[in-house]
Amino acid sequence: MDLKEKLVSSFMAFEERVDVHSDLHDIRTNALKNFENKGFPTKKEEAWKYTSLNAILKNDFTVFPKQENAIEFNQVKKYFLHEIDTYKLVFIDGVFSSHLSSTTHDGIDVCLMSSALTKPKYKMVIDTYFNQIASKDDSLTSLNTAFAIEGAFINIPKKKVADKPIEIMYFSTGNEAALMVQPRNLVIVGENSHVQIIERHQSLNENPVLTNSVTEIFAQKRAIVDYYKIQNDNNEANLIDNTYVSQQQESHASVHTFSFGGNLTRNNLNFYHFGERLTSTLNGISILNEKQHVDHYTLVNHATPNCESFQDYKGIFSDRSTGVFNGKVLVEKEAQKTNAFQKSNNILLSDKATINAKPQLEIFADDVKCSHGCTVGQLDETAMFYMQSRGIPKKEAKALLMYAFSNAVIESIKIPELKQRITKIIAMKLGVNLGFDL
Amino acid sequence: MLSIKNLHAAIGDKEILKGINIEVKAGEVHAIMGPNGSGKSTLSAVIAGNENYEVTDGEVILDGEDLADLAPEERAHKGVFLSFQYPVEIPGVSVTNFMKTAINETRKANGQEEMTANEMLKVIREKSELLEIDRKFLSRSLNEGFSGGEKKRNEIFQMAMLEPKLAILDETDSGLDIDALRIVANGVNKLKSDKNAIIVITHYQRLLDYIVPDFVHVLYNGRIVKSGGKELAYELEEKGYDWIKAEN
Repeated sequence: MDLKEKLVSSFMAFEERVDVHSDLHDIRTNALKNFENKGFPTKKEEAWKYTSLNAILKNDFTVFPKQENAIEFNQVKKYFLHEIDTYKLVFIDGVFSSHLSSTTHDGIDVCLMSSALTKPKYKMVIDTYFNQIASKDDSLTSLNTAFAIEGAFINIPKKKVADKPIEIMYFSTGNEAALMVQPRNLVIVGENSHVQIIERHQSLNENPVLTNSVTEIFAQKRAIVDYYKIQNDNNEANLIDNTYVSQQQESHASVHTFSFGGNLTRNNLNFYHFGERLTSTLNGISILNEKQHVDHYTLVNHATPNCESFQDYKGIFSDRSTGVFNGKVLVEKEAQKTNAFQKSNNILLSDKATINAKPQLEIFADDVKCSHGCTVGQLDETAMFYMQSRGIPKKEAKALLMYAFSNAVIESIKIPELKQRITKIIAMKLGVNLGFDL
Repeated sequence: MLSIKNLHAAIGDKEILKGINIEVKAGEVHAIMGPNGSGKSTLSAVIAGNENYEVTDGEVILDGEDLADLAPEERAHKGVFLSFQYPVEIPGVSVTNFMKTAINETRKANGQEEMTANEMLKVIREKSELLEIDRKFLSRSLNEGFSGGEKKRNEIFQMAMLEPKLAILDETDSGLDIDALRIVANGVNKLKSDKNAIIVITHYQRLLDYIVPDFVHVLYNGRIVKSGGKELAYELEEKGYDWIKAEN
């Protein structure tokens, strides 16, 4: 039985666990139908031209883990931003771990999707937002929607500033020979409110994992949302991240994607505009080696006037690693005075590394400022010589240059401890110790 | 200290240095002058170990050791310093952090302990005063957004920090106004001792009013065509390079 059949047939078992007489279940059933019709995407589809799921789908993934697995905090402390106090939503093999989590209902809700989906007091919020901005057409998003049951639920009412960052952590223990998980996150940030979120997926051993995650983010009027994704998983971990951001007027939403590891990572990042004078920021740093693969597939849909979007993706690829950047900016006819900028700068450190960069600008308004720039290059030899001539060995000089190359994106991280952590991961990834924190 | 013998160097198929001979002793200042395209910058790059150039014949010997097989950083660890005509911008890496890395890598290579943070601060304070550098400047990203003068002053600051045996200043005067030139030259003069040597590479005589050379060599078409004392620089300034070109 292939994975698609397995998933479709396991839906009946899933139905025994949920309330089938609810609007929510209609959504799930429709989503399953869409997935059943479409199946997993293949390289024949333009959007998946450079990323193949074939090899991964051959694994015999367990769809529902048989047992609950516990981990001690000390085993996983290093994955958290433990230097500062944070709210934590921690999931182990897809199951919530109250032991490792730190939730709240004090003024803001930082809690579980499973309770939000079932408790009457959240019904109105769920009816208003759940699956409202996520695609009903995309097969992988539909697959997630069909089985949506657990994940992070974050609801910040208006005029509230979340007093500390929120960490969403998905651990895989590897107790299953191969595991598929489908987290579902919903983030609602009310008018004039502010939240910072860090999301990370981490497997704790070498057994294959496939994560098909969907996150919906709603930024209301003048809300500020900063969302950071840390993708530094091991070489048997695969992640398909589908993130949908809905923005109202004068809101600022930013998503940073740090792709430093994992076998295959696909980021489908979509921004939709529903108000004027708002700003969307999509930044990314990818540093890959061995046979790692990352595919950034972004969409910014400018549908309203006077909005801005900024995309800045830096990629450094060595060994046989591959990168894809497919960035689409759609400026609708009504979206006059749009400022949309897109940059994808890449460095290839080996002859066998590849980057496929494809900017797509579709502009239907006539008074706009849009630009895109994709570059692919090698390390600047003069700069290398300059640093070496000061006594800095080749490897360290290379690391400094790559850091300098990624610097604009690193500087845009608003949480200082996270900035430090990211620079540390970069230094580790580049195998250097420079005697200072980069 | 430095002995360059019959040095030939090429970039690709093009031979640029065609048999250079220079002897530099500790405590000396040598000036190498010449028209554009004569091979001045190639000579400095080859001494510092730039791998874009191929040494096809001859040798560069520092304190009895042939530098041929040494990478640029290994030459630096042995005390060679090259001040760049066009210093490179490194965003996100402060001048201080860059110097920390450079100094500690050099110390590591020479089997010394890393410099403590306190020591480092002390040296930085001392050397920045020497070059009249504002301390705020040191926390800025290396060379990013620096004016031409700031870049050159920063090069000499790095020289002061690294205390090289042999310093090569490649067109350090280009892009400097007269005040910056004076500060840079004063810095260099204060760093001069009987234990180190300096090679000044320049197109114009102007810098040599401030850093007075013991010897002047004229490089033309890949060869040293004339050597003499500091008066040779004045003669060149007066007669122009056409004088040299006519004779060769």
